[in-house]
Amino acid sequence: MTQAAAMMSPLPSEQASAAVPLPLKVRGMTVSYGATPAVFSADMDIAPGAMTAIIGPNGAGKSTLLKATLGIIPRLSGQVEVFGQPLDRVRARIAYVPQRASVDWDFPTRALDVVEMGLYRQLGLLGRLTRQHRSLARDCLDRVGMADFAGRQIGQLSGGQQQRVFLARALAQGADLYMLDEPFAGVDAATEKAIIDVLKSLKDEGRTILAVHHDLSTVPDYFDNVFIINRSPVAAGPVATAFTETALQSAYGGRLATGLLDQLFPSAGPAPMPQPFPTLDA
Amino acid sequence: MMDLGYNTLLVATGAGLLGIAAGVTGAFLYLRKRSLVSDAISHATLPGVALAFIFMVALGGEGRNLVGLLGGAALSSLAGLAVVQWLTRRTRLGEDAAIGAVLSVFFGFGIVLLTVIQTLGAGRQAGLETFLLGSTAGMLRADAIVIAVGGALTLLACLLLRRPMTMVSFDAEYAATQGLVPARVDMGMMALALAVTTIGLKIVGLILIVALLILPAVAARFWTERAEVVALLAGVMGGLAGASGAVLSALAPDLPTGPIIVLVAAALFTLSLVFAPERGVLAGAIAYMRFRRQVHMRQGLLALAHGHRVHESYSRRLLGRAGLIRADGVVTDQGRRLAAWAARDERRWSYLRSRPEGAALAARYDGLTPIEDLVTPDQLRALDDAIASDGAGPQARGRVPEGRS
Ligand SMILES: Nc1ncnc2c1ncn2[C@@H]1O[C@H](COP(=O)(O)OP(=O)(O)OP(=O)(O)O)[C@@H](O)[C@H]1O
Ligand SMILES: [Mg+2]
Repeated sequence: MTQAAAMMSPLPSEQASAAVPLPLKVRGMTVSYGATPAVFSADMDIAPGAMTAIIGPNGAGKSTLLKATLGIIPRLSGQVEVFGQPLDRVRARIAYVPQRASVDWDFPTRALDVVEMGLYRQLGLLGRLTRQHRSLARDCLDRVGMADFAGRQIGQLSGGQQQRVFLARALAQGADLYMLDEPFAGVDAATEKAIIDVLKSLKDEGRTILAVHHDLSTVPDYFDNVFIINRSPVAAGPVATAFTETALQSAYGGRLATGLLDQLFPSAGPAPMPQPFPTLDA
Repeated sequence: MMDLGYNTLLVATGAGLLGIAAGVTGAFLYLRKRSLVSDAISHATLPGVALAFIFMVALGGEGRNLVGLLGGAALSSLAGLAVVQWLTRRTRLGEDAAIGAVLSVFFGFGIVLLTVIQTLGAGRQAGLETFLLGSTAGMLRADAIVIAVGGALTLLACLLLRRPMTMVSFDAEYAATQGLVPARVDMGMMALALAVTTIGLKIVGLILIVALLILPAVAARFWTERAEVVALLAGVMGGLAGASGAVLSALAPDLPTGPIIVLVAAALFTLSLVFAPERGVLAGAIAYMRFRRQVHMRQGLLALAHGHRVHESYSRRLLGRAGLIRADGVVTDQGRRLAAWAARDERRWSYLRSRPEGAALAARYDGLTPIEDLVTPDQLRALDDAIASDGAGPQARGRVPEGRS
């Protein structure tokens, strides 16, 4: 645990983090749906202006981590600081794209209207939606390549198209911290390229991106940092130092194909077989 | 006569405002899929009305004060709502079962209380039964004003809450990330439903008020794909139903007001169901038939161009009717010309779709739209030149010998 904690701070020193508040700082977070915790005692520091991948097997608690961080589901314990402040003060600066949107697909709303919902923090209860707002929303749809579908009812889009509309809604927020749960799930190669371009341009504007990601082979291409989790954090830090075979082995528990590992870490010799855990009947 | 006209106007205004408030509130309930909760709320008002009457009489009053009666109604429907929510949350009952239980128990209790009041003495009977189906006959001017003001205030609250209610109804999780608390927004929505129900008791009655909440909303849904327009149209239709129903029942005072208002709303719903463009039944049927004709025509033409037999009898009939094939199946000159045109369009499309430069246009390929409709004549010429210089490919050229005109 101490070793993991040491790896977990991508910043050079504690002083630096005191001077410029981190986009996201989580301490001792535990979340559970029943008697067993889905996320246990997680610390997480997210570096500013970088792209961080959250990696881990199915059911590792990645989505839970994001949702509890955002207060969508309650946490059992733990503190969350966003840009050095409590969540409620900085909601306008965070944009979230869920893994599987919990929306009413028959709802009378068009792609463009969905994107405009991203402007809620700006408009408030009574603010008027001006022509500038509308053209901003259109630009966001355009950035994700969905301009042609602005007038389409949201349920009448394909899964990948819907995903892009929700990304556009997040873009409309003009947030500083983007939290995306599997933005590339179920999208074709061209769309993946389009989305990663959008994310990289956000990063170039100095914004911070945190994305749950499953495709290990693209991690080094797409991301600067990784946060590897399986219920509790396994490793964190820059890809060069934290994205290691050992970390992946321990997160995935030997469920990774050795072919993939060889491809990812060609210099390393044959992957050592993970230690089998003693089972009850053994 | 003057006075009756003025009163009718006042009542119609009250009913209209109530209708608008009910329509808009109902639209949000419908979008949140909570329409039926308002049925439990409305039936739960009855014991409150009866108890308020008994209470006011016991205090030595006449017991007919509308504000007092509505206050009682609001309190007991609040109790009903609380029970529904408690049952849903704390027990294994679904919301539907909880609604059914609360609705029937509260209503039954209310009827018992009404019977008790009736036995207290005929003179004491305050016409409480008019709260069941609504009545504007003999309505006081002050009552109409209470209803109008209540409707206007509810409407104002709706405007204030419209964005949160829309956000939570569409995507509660995202709304939460934006700092909205879905449970609190839902509570506000229920408060609106409760307000409409209470205000509507006198005019529409507790049995049918749910119809004034639901019908305008579902009618409005046929006309638009935008939530705010649904709310707006529902308000318009609700107001129309309320005002015109009140006027109609003033012309025929023997008829209860509530059912007339609901019938007007039902008429608006039926009109929407049948005649709404795009989502309406008629428009849907027409669009389907037109589309089917287009598809069969195109497929028929392509079959002709490739020298195939037209298998579909509907396609054959279409081609025959358009004078493109004769009764014996022989292709006419006109048919040959059109078939060649369709084949050329198909070739242009397949060329475009095989080229990366054509990707933007190719994305709009639907098998039906002629490419000429999407590009300028210059672009079309450039495309044809490209195809010609590329060589259309032996198989493409060989297949339509009679296509060249
Ligand atoms: N609503 C829920 N109720 C009960 N248990 C849940 C719920 N959601 C998730 N879980 C459990 O919590 C654990 C973590 O789930 P979570 O969705 O965070 O995983 P994940 O890492 O996002 O997985 P994936 O890669 O499949 O998206 C899993 O074991 C899952 O079964
Ligand atoms: Mg997940």
